[in-house]
Amino acid sequence: MTEKLSRRDLLKVAGVAGVAATVPETAAAEVKHQQVVQAAAPQEVLTRPSQQSPSTEQGMLFFFNDEEARFIEAAVERLIPADQEWPGAAWAGVLNFIDRQLAAAYGAGARMYLKGPWVPDAPPQQGYQLRYTPAQLYRIGIAETRAHVTARYGRREFWDLTAPVMDEVLSGLESGAIELPSLPAPVFFETLLANTVEGYFADPVYGGNRDMVGWRMVGFPGAYAQYVDLVELYNLPYTRPPISIGEAGARQAYLEGHTHRAQK
Amino acid sequence: MAVQMKPVDVALVGGGLTAAILGKELAEAGQTVVALERGGMRQTIPDFQSPTMHDELKFDVRHAYAQDVSVQTLTFRNFVGQQALPMRQLGSFLPAEGVGGGAVHWNGQTWRFQPEWFVLKSWVEERYGRGFLDEDVSIQDWGISYEELEPYYTFFEKVMGISGAPGNINGRIQVGGNPFEGPRSESYPNPPMKQSHSGYLFGQTAGQLGYHPFPVPSANVTRHYTNPFGAEIKPCMYCGFCDPFGCEHFAKASPQVCILPFALANKNFEMRTHSYVLRVEWDRKAKVATGVTYVDAQGRETFQPANMVVLCAFAHHNPILMLQSGIGQPYDPVTRTGTIGRNYTYQTMTGAEVFYDGEHHINPFMAAGALGTAIDDFNNGSFDHSGLGFIGGGYIAAYQTTGRPIYYHPVPEGTPRWGLGWKQAVRRHYNSTVSLSFHGSSIPHPNNYVGLDPTYTDAFGQRLGMLTYDFPYNDRLMARYITEKMAGIAQAMGGKRMSVGWLDDHYSIVPYQTTHNTGGAIMGADPKTSVVNRYLQSWDLHNLWVMGSSVFPQNAGYNPTDTVGALAYWAADAMIKQYLKNPGPLVQS
Repeated sequence: MTEKLSRRDLLKVAGVAGVAATVPETAAAEVKHQQVVQAAAPQEVLTRPSQQSPSTEQGMLFFFNDEEARFIEAAVERLIPADQEWPGAAWAGVLNFIDRQLAAAYGAGARMYLKGPWVPDAPPQQGYQLRYTPAQLYRIGIAETRAHVTARYGRREFWDLTAPVMDEVLSGLESGAIELPSLPAPVFFETLLANTVEGYFADPVYGGNRDMVGWRMVGFPGAYAQYVDLVELYNLPYTRPPISIGEAGARQAYLEGHTHRAQK
Repeated sequence: MAVQMKPVDVALVGGGLTAAILGKELAEAGQTVVALERGGMRQTIPDFQSPTMHDELKFDVRHAYAQDVSVQTLTFRNFVGQQALPMRQLGSFLPAEGVGGGAVHWNGQTWRFQPEWFVLKSWVEERYGRGFLDEDVSIQDWGISYEELEPYYTFFEKVMGISGAPGNINGRIQVGGNPFEGPRSESYPNPPMKQSHSGYLFGQTAGQLGYHPFPVPSANVTRHYTNPFGAEIKPCMYCGFCDPFGCEHFAKASPQVCILPFALANKNFEMRTHSYVLRVEWDRKAKVATGVTYVDAQGRETFQPANMVVLCAFAHHNPILMLQSGIGQPYDPVTRTGTIGRNYTYQTMTGAEVFYDGEHHINPFMAAGALGTAIDDFNNGSFDHSGLGFIGGGYIAAYQTTGRPIYYHPVPEGTPRWGLGWKQAVRRHYNSTVSLSFHGSSIPHPNNYVGLDPTYTDAFGQRLGMLTYDFPYNDRLMARYITEKMAGIAQAMGGKRMSVGWLDDHYSIVPYQTTHNTGGAIMGADPKTSVVNRYLQSWDLHNLWVMGSSVFPQNAGYNPTDTVGALAYWAADAMIKQYLKNPGPLVQS
């Protein structure tokens, strides 16, 4: 899974191919091998993560309490669900990603202007106008959505609903059909959706995108990147496994590459 | 009582591109110069190095290199009479903070403006007649011609090592370049970038349709290059982490790579970081600036006396500083009098996507900030506006600048916004979609301006700047006409389907569009309708100057940096060759 391809190897690939827009035989064999590895990986993970306790599944939580975590875990899995080939947001660790974001600077509203007065019913062109930090927004949004769900669905919690009914609730938040007492439901929904996408695709060092599953799904090679020799090989089926910032080998690959040597 | 600093010859407000240009030139001319930068120092080594620089979340999503709006932001409204509200998070545009400013994290798309842009009002009247435009289109001539600016464009492009294919050398049209550009006196210093897959597909189709595709001029430099000062720029590696990142490779032209080392090595120059300028101080009787007041790194209010003050802050920040300092007459949108804040303009952007549904591997991550193929057949000077009811235009390009998936995951219209359908569409289209963009001009309108907000304040207790802006009717017509042309190209590119992003709503401060904010302290020939003269010297205080895109009377259908750099060298020349010898107004009002 973490097979590394140094810059020297990349050059070798490009060198063999020259300017032709095809993959050389040697590289093609490697590509095939990688594809097999890639496809096999996610199969084992099609569990139902929302049924497991998130705090034991993927490490401790810094911000959410257990009930909030169950809500988020269930909600993000509806936003990016697992399918036959690729795990969803729950397996990818999006709960942990959002939890850590909210426990840190982002959650505290760093780099936001939060002075009053506040005009919560401003037109959308003027952007976010609530008094809440993201952390406050989640805490209130979860509590009030849960209250809506238990009142509407026979005292059941959001995470006990069937998938279609969970989707109905999320759509209600998205459209504003569900009215929450303290904040516009679409603001909570859009924040949750944006953070879920971030958690599925951000570098795994932030706690989500576990095993770089989001990157593998689309074919994004991650942090180690320089394509000067490949950019004109149109239609190249580029399948080098992705590399995270956090992989010890990634930094080393860089140091061994030409970059620093050229600078010295 | 403010802390008093030792007087200097020149105080520069800001530590970005124009401050680097002026700092180096004026220090070499024997002036003592201090640049007051609100952010911190940063350098290619160690600050921009990989792999930690390759972090989409930190730099792109959380805006690590952009202005901290918790300290100072703007308020915004669409129209006069609406209550302006604070921009509580960054969105539509991303002013920078830190040494080097936006020229650290920019993409590097480095375009000259067509000659017509500099004389727009005269040109329109001469070509289409006086009655062609609505009186609410407040376009103006710049007070400078393309021909006068041309040597400064050429010099700035040499400083930055710009890589491109010339289209017009001394009036001779060149194969493979932009035939609609103004005549350049020499070729680009470096050859153009390689062509991306997106650019190739776009260029092939555009050429077949009779348009004139060419590689976008780029500050992602294409070979080892030494600029006129002796700075070495390295070749671009096409890493796909250009904007909003610092370049680890010394390959994207920036103040740090191209200019600042020579300013910092000069004992006449000081870069004073963590210094937040509050206002320009000036003598009401003598009508001269006396220096600037700023909050220093320790949090003390500090006065820096100076013989000359140059505003080198971000576009709208320069007129806001003038308003906060009580310099000049603030623009009033009701009476349409006054100049400070007038003619705020932006950029009119639309897009289209061609979905090949798996038929191509586009490899969008093999990217660079200015890696693109463009046509300029629909810029202002390229086509006939007769009967169309608008002026302006812009270029259409297929850029391959990013495959970073938090933000780059194109899906066709009608795709659900989340859930299984969305996920599978993202997977299907990520690597087989080409994005086109239209980069359109912005025509000034009397309702669009920069003022001071009556309600909200910054961390220093000063009133926030207030932006009033919506897309003028002229620009909506213009965008529709050219977006239709872009859709025609997209349609012909052979995808399974395409989608078009029309400009069909009010301007919003929320989604990122571009950081090409312009105007507010515009240049011109008449002090009644401009803030600075043709040398970027204030009409009100002869020792106050304004740099940057603040001075554009209207924004062209191009990225602004080349013109910003050229104007800074033009102004530096005027300061050194004319002003310092005999300080006073260079143009009589």
